[in-house]
Amino acid sequence: MDFSIFQQYGPALLKGFANTILCWALGTVLGMALGLVIALIQRYAPRPVRWIVQAYIEIIRGTPFLVQLFVLYYGGPLIGLRLDALPAGLLGLTIYGSPYFAEIFRSGFRAVPHGQIEAARAIGMTEMTIVRRILLPLGLVSALPALINFSIILTKETVILSIITVPELMYQVNRMSTETFRYLEANLVLALFFWVLVETISRVGRRLETRITKHLIERT
Amino acid sequence: MFSLPVFLESFGPLIWAARYTLLISFLGIGLGLVIGALICAARLSPYIALRRFAAVWVSFLRGVPLLVQLLVFYYTLPVIGIDVPAFVAAVVTVGICASAYISEIWRGAIAALPKGQSEAATAIGMGPRDIWTRVILPQAVTMSLPALINELILLVKASSLVSVVGILEITRASQAQAATTFRPLEVYIAAACIYLAINLCLAVLGRYLEHRTAV
Repeated sequence: MDFSIFQQYGPALLKGFANTILCWALGTVLGMALGLVIALIQRYAPRPVRWIVQAYIEIIRGTPFLVQLFVLYYGGPLIGLRLDALPAGLLGLTIYGSPYFAEIFRSGFRAVPHGQIEAARAIGMTEMTIVRRILLPLGLVSALPALINFSIILTKETVILSIITVPELMYQVNRMSTETFRYLEANLVLALFFWVLVETISRVGRRLETRITKHLIERT
Repeated sequence: MFSLPVFLESFGPLIWAARYTLLISFLGIGLGLVIGALICAARLSPYIALRRFAAVWVSFLRGVPLLVQLLVFYYTLPVIGIDVPAFVAAVVTVGICASAYISEIWRGAIAALPKGQSEAATAIGMGPRDIWTRVILPQAVTMSLPALINELILLVKASSLVSVVGILEITRASQAQAATTFRPLEVYIAAACIYLAINLCLAVLGRYLEHRTAV
């Protein structure tokens, strides 16, 4: 085994890691936003719209991320959607995450006691205000652990973007290993790297979670 | 534009390849169930070394993306002198990865059983062996069935990644089909439809089991 290649390829790997973080952060934020919109549509829109959104959820959750990326990146140009690898990957990650986030928000909203919403109505709040002041803050807090959990899962999905040539960490590692024939070392280090990354994020996430829930328990 | 004939024609070879997706998923979950049971037992065992090992096993396999695991496994085997076909390597990787999730499902199911169950069994004079085989395990396994179906759905989707190491399944077949027809849009949508059909069937089975096993 020979690990000196990591020195030589350091800058490329760092750039790849920056892209991984970029894809993950933007994909998570955009996916969450889209998921929130979907969850609100599921709650308030008329029935036909809800059916369409439900079909979207089932389709995205029932198909592999890789196939979704292929449809988007290789199939997109046939209907005039011509994207570079990185934007395509970001869009793919957003679309892929959105139904899972939507389900998380939906169950978060369901955890809001109905009495709170009735009370808000009784004192004359409009539906918009109820969403803004009651449903969102309370729902978000109960959705928080699941949101963190799914965000961690998304870090692992970013490596799949390398298959459609998004220049993220795994893509750079693959390039390095094909140029130097050090396949084993490269992938082994990548595995250890992800292990540490995911473990660290989950620890931070758990701490964040206990802090916020403790705060809530003190208040009630 | 979207060409319907191309779309319909690509179903033939893709459905043929679907048997390998199913084979990988079912063998993977079978292997995952066996290893998962062992890991779960290790996690609940009184020996700290076994518990540590199982905890590291679960944390590693859940922390590393399956695609990276596949490549590590794929490149490690020749180095340590094991020469197996790529298909076997892929199934073993998928199974090992699933074992981490399955052991957690089972641990959760066992933990969810009311403590009174094993206390009651002890009170009527059952030994530890009987308590496990006749009280705890039958209930825990039944309770975990919907979650296991869910895991199987995840595996069907995850099996698309083994296309990367050259194994012919739906995704790999659709890549080949897209390359020969120059119509990636229709072909990949067809592939998505097949995955969706498989997973919807599994989801229906899962819901049925949930109703059946609900006490």
